[in-house]
Amino acid sequence: MATATASTLVDPHALRLDDARALLEHGGDSARLPRPGDSPTAYLQAVIDALCELSLKDPLTGLANRRHFRAVLERAIDVVARSGESALLLMLDIDHFKKINDTYGHLAGDQVLQAMAKCLTGCVRPMDTVARYGGEEFAVVMPNCQVSFGETVAERIRRAIESLDISVTPSVHVKITASIGGAYAPEWVRSTSNLWTERADVQLYRAKSEGRNRVFIDQQPVVAVSAEEKNLLFGHLALGEPAWIESLTGDATVGNPGSSLPGKFQ
Amino acid sequence: MSEVPSSPVAPAAATAAASVPLKPLGKVVAVTSGKGGVGKTFVSANLAAALAKHGLKVLVLDADLGLANLDVVLNLYPKVTLHDVFTGKAKLADAIIKAPGGFSVLLAGSGMVEYSRLTPEVRDDFLRIMNGLVPHYDVVLLDTGAGISDVVLFAVSLASEVLVVATPEPTSLTDAYATIKVLVGQQKRQTLRLIVNQTARLGDGRAITTQLQQVVDRFVATEPGRPIRLVHMGDIPADPMVRQAVMRRQLLMQTTPGCPAGLAISQLAIKLQETVLPKT
Repeated sequence: MATATASTLVDPHALRLDDARALLEHGGDSARLPRPGDSPTAYLQAVIDALCELSLKDPLTGLANRRHFRAVLERAIDVVARSGESALLLMLDIDHFKKINDTYGHLAGDQVLQAMAKCLTGCVRPMDTVARYGGEEFAVVMPNCQVSFGETVAERIRRAIESLDISVTPSVHVKITASIGGAYAPEWVRSTSNLWTERADVQLYRAKSEGRNRVFIDQQPVVAVSAEEKNLLFGHLALGEPAWIESLTGDATVGNPGSSLPGKFQ
Repeated sequence: MSEVPSSPVAPAAATAAASVPLKPLGKVVAVTSGKGGVGKTFVSANLAAALAKHGLKVLVLDADLGLANLDVVLNLYPKVTLHDVFTGKAKLADAIIKAPGGFSVLLAGSGMVEYSRLTPEVRDDFLRIMNGLVPHYDVVLLDTGAGISDVVLFAVSLASEVLVVATPEPTSLTDAYATIKVLVGQQKRQTLRLIVNQTARLGDGRAITTQLQQVVDRFVATEPGRPIRLVHMGDIPADPMVRQAVMRRQLLMQTTPGCPAGLAISQLAIKLQETVLPKT
């Protein structure tokens, strides 16, 4: 390690970094470990980066942990509030997970959780966030997910989980199912992560109580304007009626409608 | 400030009104749009100023609880807001402030996050406040949020008249149409009034209203003998003075009331008085 210069505010030698290093060596991914040859700044930066990463990950599955999940939700709310883009939150729970633990042992249970994590990650887009919410509960945050797609996406995930064949030992294969509840962030308003999670949770509870291995999505007052309606709405556009086209492109010179107003308003 | 008595509104009124369906309150006009950014708040504030010029006592209520921005448009920084009234920290009368255009405003203020979802408590608080306000004004304009969330629909449900603001853009028209569809379906509205903002030419607004009316007639089912009527209230022409006023955070009706958009708003105010507001 390079010696600290007078201008260095913190001397890495004086810091007790052994615990942090040990933590990273056990839990982190070794490629990103701070190396002793690094400059003091680079070394500290590497330690901090690795700790940050560690603090956001679920150690068993490598998914986002609850802390990270919270931050992602808050971010999604910010976007939805201003852009009106719809965002979907799915809460998933493995059905009868306790039975797996009790029958095959906790190591098998861990393998099931890991398989579930891998399956979920494979089902969603790179921009989505899959998190382990706790125990056998998982969550998926999907920004920019159209309302009409929610059911399809959740159903695809449910089927993928159902078709998993998890070998916990060479001879023992475990099949699982999951219940899924979903809710969209209310568009154009700033919701809270608690309220949003709560609504998805209510749907998850419904899925559980109605027999498990099923999907329920919170229905917002969705008004779909059909292609036919849109066609009629923009009939003028298709016909290329000049006033419309110009008003849309902004090419039109703004007339002076004021001139047509009765004089008493002047 | 002393327009509203500080005595609390009879709680009985609030609880009675909380049961669905709500009876819309007279003189309450909702300004809504479906799409955001089409000029709802601009229209609300300037229309209020125009109505105030005619001697009406006007209140604009920032009903966009989640993302209120009437304060931004009017360049006001109130110490007491609707939030404080909701939480019981302040009296209703103290939250009402005079806006530059000669009308009163009740601003939602930040910290309304927890009100962005319509819980029974929010509903009751809102109703209690509305019931307390309405008797003291000739008109109460509700500047609602964008979209058709439950908070927006609830705010609109309190109004006897609805002004839908749209621009000639396809996205805005689609959202305005969706709003109309919901209001007809859920609130059994028969008459909806359209204001077309940022038009390029005379006659655009009327053409758009006709177009919307055709789609409504064809696709929005109603009971026989109860047709839905879209009333074209007027156009606000695209006008560089609007942008200037907005950027300076001033009311167009104060800076350049004689510009095309200003004149159009004056005309809108007159039409509103003639058609909607009870004659005094």
